[in-house]
Amino acid sequence: MTVKQISVFIENKEGRIKKAIDTLAKQNINIRALSIADTTKYGILRLIVSDNQKAIESLEEDGFIVKENDVIIVAVPDEPNGLNSTLAIFDEKGINLEYLYAFVSSKTDEAIVVMRLENMEKAISVLENSDAKILDSDYIKEI
Amino acid sequence: MYWNEEAECMGKEEKEKLQLERLQKTVKHAYENVEFYRKRFDEIGLKPEDIKTLKDIEKIPFTTKSDLREAYPLGLLAVPREEIVEVHASSGTTGKPTVTAYTQNDLDIWGECIARGLKMTGAEQDYIIQNAYGYGLFTGGFGIHHGGNKMGAITIPISAGNTQRQLDTMVDFQSDILTCTPSYAMYLGESREKAGIPLEDINLKTGIHGAEMWTDEMRKRIEASLGIKTYNIYGLTEVMGPGVAQECGEQNGMHIQDDQFYPEIINSETGETLDYGEKGELVLTSLTKTGMPILRFRTKDLTSLIGEKCECGRTTVRMTRITGRSDDMLKIKGVMVFPSQIEKALLKVSGISPNYMIHVTRPNILDEVEVKVEASKELFSDEMKEMEKVEKQIQASIRSEIGIRVDVTLCEPESLPRSEGKAVRVIDERNL
Repeated sequence: MTVKQISVFIENKEGRIKKAIDTLAKQNINIRALSIADTTKYGILRLIVSDNQKAIESLEEDGFIVKENDVIIVAVPDEPNGLNSTLAIFDEKGINLEYLYAFVSSKTDEAIVVMRLENMEKAISVLENSDAKILDSDYIKEI
Repeated sequence: MYWNEEAECMGKEEKEKLQLERLQKTVKHAYENVEFYRKRFDEIGLKPEDIKTLKDIEKIPFTTKSDLREAYPLGLLAVPREEIVEVHASSGTTGKPTVTAYTQNDLDIWGECIARGLKMTGAEQDYIIQNAYGYGLFTGGFGIHHGGNKMGAITIPISAGNTQRQLDTMVDFQSDILTCTPSYAMYLGESREKAGIPLEDINLKTGIHGAEMWTDEMRKRIEASLGIKTYNIYGLTEVMGPGVAQECGEQNGMHIQDDQFYPEIINSETGETLDYGEKGELVLTSLTKTGMPILRFRTKDLTSLIGEKCECGRTTVRMTRITGRSDDMLKIKGVMVFPSQIEKALLKVSGISPNYMIHVTRPNILDEVEVKVEASKELFSDEMKEMEKVEKQIQASIRSEIGIRVDVTLCEPESLPRSEGKAVRVIDERNL
């Protein structure tokens, strides 16, 4: 069970992130979570939004390069060791993490973690066989 | 003071008579022995006998680099193979290399031209030439070497690279002349300073530098850091190699060895011949070479000619510093680079040809190149690892295409400058 994330190529230039966020705001698209990976030259803006289709269309129209891809989102107890127990599952099976970002929601007392792993299929199957709480897109929409 | 006073200080009339005689002979030799030239002449109904004056040279069709490439490797020979003793070739970065083949006569001419240049710098028979031009297919190393031999000087064939050894050789052998590319000379100068070798410990008097464009700024730095006077040398593989022209002590234009090579300046758009003093593309015709005579070769180098007698006493026609190219070729780190090669390299990586820009700078001594590539869906990934991989792939592909390492930067679509709708492909900030 995966959720679609969109990622946007951002050149390391003044005002580019704001421009992307502006575009989404104008279309009334809600950003659930976001993270930025950056190098000195460019960055990758990763977003979980309320309406992927609309977000992609409007960003592309404004000249951005956008890609949609699968991520796994899990809820972990918002307490010490909360994330660690989930990561331990992957560690045990030797599944490498590509990236991860987390956010908290006012609607739940759990922390929500977005992850991309090297082997997504295997990652899902081991998660499903654990007691980790995997969130689907419907749930994300509710947050 | 002169290596060959008769040739170098010849009066105008006498020179023109000699040039015409030699031109007629070369044209006849080329027409009779090289199918390529015969076909070209026949197509327009031109016969060698039609060349009655020097001005008649304008009737002869131009020869271009691509003509030479099509004749690769030895299609333009004008003599039987057994007469050829050496070959050189330009870097084959834009496809097939262009090859020049030399008879013993041609090597003697080459040596003669270089010897004249060595003498211009004040060289004598007992001088030690530290020849740090690359030895190999490149004409630099061997060209200087032949000239050193001709003069009877001592040539150290140290070739390019191995900086420590270069410095040791300067000190141990007390070399008199350094021959290498200007950028390498600059590097050696700075290396000497870094190594703390005092100027008194070396004995260099002069440097002969060429094969790439250089500025007065570079000249001053080289001269100061090595305690030498420097001389600009010009040549190209297609015509012979270095030594076609060189500066004398006046440092006011390069003397073309015009009893061996006949220079013209043309308007590169119309092909029309221009007068002395006017800037245009240099066209060269060999007057004495026998192995591979070359008629009206378009060098693509932009310069102008000076006809007046030089202060040094020589009457040979001079060419001013090369100010650019009539095509889009760039010379980076001494290597010829065409923007189309970058395009090809990008196509290989992504299967598409994204918009790109080549940004050349020279922050210190050496050229640096950044290739900016507009990213696209095909090149983009949400994973940094993948993005870095793409950049590395592009870098490797460009390197295998042009032979030099460049920095690759991905940027947003439509972010590279365009001028009148056309993409700006090259920004060269080296002030050459």
